Formats: sequence, structure tokens, C-alpha cells
Amino acid sequence: MRIWDLHTHFASTGLTAEQRAEKLLRVADRMGIERLCLYMGFPWSQDPAPDKFRAENDQVLSVLPKWPDRLLGFVYLNPKHVEESLAELDRCVKDGPMVGVKLWVAQHCNTPEVDRLVERAHELQALVFQHTWLKVMANYPGESTPLDFAELAQRHSGMPLVCGHTGGDWEQGIRAIAPLKNTFADLAGSDPVAGYTEMAVRELGAGRVLYGSDASGRSFASQLAKVHGADIPAEAKKLIFGENLIRLLTPILKAKGIKF
Amino acid sequence: MRDSSITLPRRDFLRGALAAGLLTGTRIHAAQTAERRTSLIDTNAWLDQWPVRRLTLETPAALAAKLTQNGVTRAWVSSFDGMLHKDIGGVNARLAETGQRFPIFEPIGIVNLSLPRWEADVAACATQHRMRGLRLLPGYHGYKLDDPRFAELLKLAGSHRLAVQIVVSLEDERTQNPLLRVPPVDIAPLPRALEATPGARVMILNWPHVAAGKPVLLTLQKTGVYLDIAMIEGIAGLEATLAELPVDRLCFGSYAPVFYFESAKLKLRESELTDAQLDAITQANAQRFLGA
Repeated sequence: MRIWDLHTHFASTGLTAEQRAEKLLRVADRMGIERLCLYMGFPWSQDPAPDKFRAENDQVLSVLPKWPDRLLGFVYLNPKHVEESLAELDRCVKDGPMVGVKLWVAQHCNTPEVDRLVERAHELQALVFQHTWLKVMANYPGESTPLDFAELAQRHSGMPLVCGHTGGDWEQGIRAIAPLKNTFADLAGSDPVAGYTEMAVRELGAGRVLYGSDASGRSFASQLAKVHGADIPAEAKKLIFGENLIRLLTPILKAKGIKF
Repeated sequence: MRDSSITLPRRDFLRGALAAGLLTGTRIHAAQTAERRTSLIDTNAWLDQWPVRRLTLETPAALAAKLTQNGVTRAWVSSFDGMLHKDIGGVNARLAETGQRFPIFEPIGIVNLSLPRWEADVAACATQHRMRGLRLLPGYHGYKLDDPRFAELLKLAGSHRLAVQIVVSLEDERTQNPLLRVPPVDIAPLPRALEATPGARVMILNWPHVAAGKPVLLTLQKTGVYLDIAMIEGIAGLEATLAELPVDRLCFGSYAPVFYFESAKLKLRESELTDAQLDAITQANAQRFLGA
């Protein structure tokens, strides 16, 4: 079974980006994970200025050539700096090797600034990943909820969009995105609570569910367990572990000549 | 129900996979045929209904089958009824009866220190049900670990030769039902409570979210407290934990059926552990804790 991890970050230990990527890959190897989508650098910034997100993207760019058949880069952008983000998108995706976009918590994703970024990403065939959470004690000021994400997805119904963490509170997140056929649920970055994947498959169909870990903060083990341990057919597990993500990335991988 | 048939790693396979992956970049597959099965003692399992969600493995038969398929030879179980029910005596009696029907289960009684005559529940667990351990839910039962009743419980448990498990949390604070919000238990008072009760056998379950953080955990090592692995996170999380805490205090615990059982089991593969470390975590430490 091919396992592609939609959602990883550098390991927390190591002096250089290369050392941290090597640590991440070494552990991924133990778990049978073939490819990792890698985004954001270190240290993290929730609301990065352009110089900061460029520097973080440079860290990712620096390790992609060493492991071209293991790592796929997503460019980290900040919608508060639209022009600089559009330029960074061109630098890293149009003119560089990256294949996706990561949007985190700087600004809610239902704002017009985000529209411009996802439209440009779509032109470049890049896959857009938007972090979402729904916290009972309140989100970060700019942190998107699955309901914000649903608004964004409705406005861009012709392009695939990934709902990061499926809202964290996945029972609500799945409900929020279920009617929007262009949306995909990222299983990453929450406790391995039984029933998560079963509900996602029931409500969305296995074709709209994506395995991701949120390593290195999360364990590969706990996140793989959401699929290995789910009471779903083996064919559904194949889709979730790799085939869905490969399908979504195929246009840009082919365009860039990346073998897979 | 499907058995994912996850097994544990053999060291030489790991080294080979590592070399292949990093040196050549070739596709890596977990070669399950090259792995070995290890028997497990699960120190953190539960029965009955989790209040906010139905669970596939909530019945004793379903959980026992799943655990057996995955190499568990003994599972320490308590009842989720003990979270909110006030008839704890009834909860523990049913649990004891379930333990008789399913020999894989080691019943661990719940005691709620906020109830009148909780001491009677301790006595019933020890003498009537022949249990070897108690499980406490301070967050759900409304007391802190500097409460005099907790100190009294430790002494009473010791006199009955009962081990004590303290559950720090049951659910991520961020996703709790708004009407059932329970923060992680503050374990900062625990070292002092244990100093006052030499010989107490205490294990902390679901601990990585402890409010007091790592310094308290390090202090606790001097007191002989045990820890389970169910909520350890981060890549190679057991390796990272063992860099700071001694291996003779760490026990396999799955938090099934709330968590997918595979989470804990895969953590044994994710970290590069020696055979001695693996044996300690999967069996020996738990046997020593409950059998001491």
C-alpha cells in the first residue's frame, strides 16, 4: 500500500534544515511512508512578514533537491501580504519545485485576500491546504474554522481545497464541508480518536479523505492508526493513504516532470 | 471489525529499511513478514459507553477480540460508567463480573473521592472483587491532588495492597463538549503526597497534557511513579521520552477503545528500541507495578 503523507513539518531537533529533514525521513521510513509533503520552516511564525515566510520557504527549498523522490514542498504564504505572497507563489511554484500552498492562522480564510491566492494557485495547479480548527475555548484571532473554510470552498467550487485537521473537532468539521464536493478532509494533527475516519468515509466518501500526520509535532504512529485502525474496507484505506493525494497532485507533478 | 495485523519490528529489518530509504531514496514498505509478534500488557483500557460518542469496541466481547488479535495478553480495564455515575459500587460490581467472563481483562475499580463513604468502595474492590488496582478521575470527580482525601486514599490503597492509576485527561481540551469541559489534572501536588505515603504504587495515565509540565514529571521519577504511553506524541516519541525518563517506569497503554488501538502499538515501531526496552515497556514494568 502506498502511503503519502499530506502534512509534515521539519523535525524539532537538528541544527540545519537538512538534519531535521533527515530525522523526519528516518522515522517515516520505519513506518513505511513513501512521500511527505513538507511545509513551513523553523522557528514557526503564526503571522509571518514577507521576509519571514520567504526564509521559511527557503528552508524547505533547500532540502527538496536531496530527496526529490521523497519530499514534496508546499509554499507557506500569509494573506495579510497579498502582493508579496503572490510573488512568493510564483517563486516557489511557478518557477520552483513546490507543488502546493499552505495557509495557516494569520488570517481567516473567508476574506477576499485569500481568494486571490487560491485563484493563482489554481492557475498553477497547486494544491491548497488551509489549516482549520474549532476550539471550544476560542481560536487564535486569525484562525479559520471549518465554517470559514466552507465559505471559501463555495466561492471556488471548481478547485480542490483541503480542510486542514478537518477542523480539529472533526465531527463538526465533517458536517461543515460535507456538501461541498471540492473539499477534502485532512486527518492530521489531532488525537487518534476512534470513529473519526469511519465518519469521514461515511459522510464524504473515501475519495475525499486524505491521510496526513502533522509530524513532527504529532507521531506518525498515532496518525497512521486513524487509517490502519478504522473499520473501513481495504480499498478505502488505499485511497486515503495515498491514491487520493496522488490523484490531486498528478497534474502538477506531471507538469513539473516529478516522477511518482 | 478488521484486524490490521500490525506487528512489531525486528531490529535488522529496521536498519535495512533505514539504509535503503535514506541512501537510495527508494520506496519503503513495511515488511510485515519480517516482523515478530510480542505479547502486550495494556495498562490503559476501558469498557462501557464513552458519554459523547458510540465506540465500535465498547462491548467487552468486541474489545477482548481486538486486543487478543493484536497480541494483548492482559488488559487493565475500568468502566466509563465511573466518570459520571454515582452508584460506583454498582459500576465496580459489573466490572468484576465482566472480568470473570473475559479472562483477558484485569478489572481496575473506580473510586470517586467526592462521594460519601468512598472508603467502602476501596474495601469492596480489594476484598469483595479481589481487584489489584484502583483508577481515579480527579478531573471528573472534582478534587485536586493536594486534597486530604487523596492522601487518605493512598494510605488506604496501600493497606489493601492496591495499586493506583491517576487519569490526567480523557479528551483533548479543545474538542470537549462545551457542557462537559474538564481540564487536565494538575499533578504538581503529587510528589509531596507521595513523600507522605512511602511505598504507594502510582501510575499516571494520559499524562502528556499535564498542567505542571515536565519538571514535575522529572521530580516524580524519584518517587517511583509509572507512566503509560497512550498520549505520547511527536515523531519517535518513545525514544524522546526515554531520553529524559527511565525505561523502568514506562508502560504500554492504548486508551482503547477511545483511541484506535493501533496508535499505541505503532509507537513501538516508530521508535528504535532495544529488545530490553521493548520488553520493559510492553510487559515487565506493568507486571512489576501490579504485582509488587
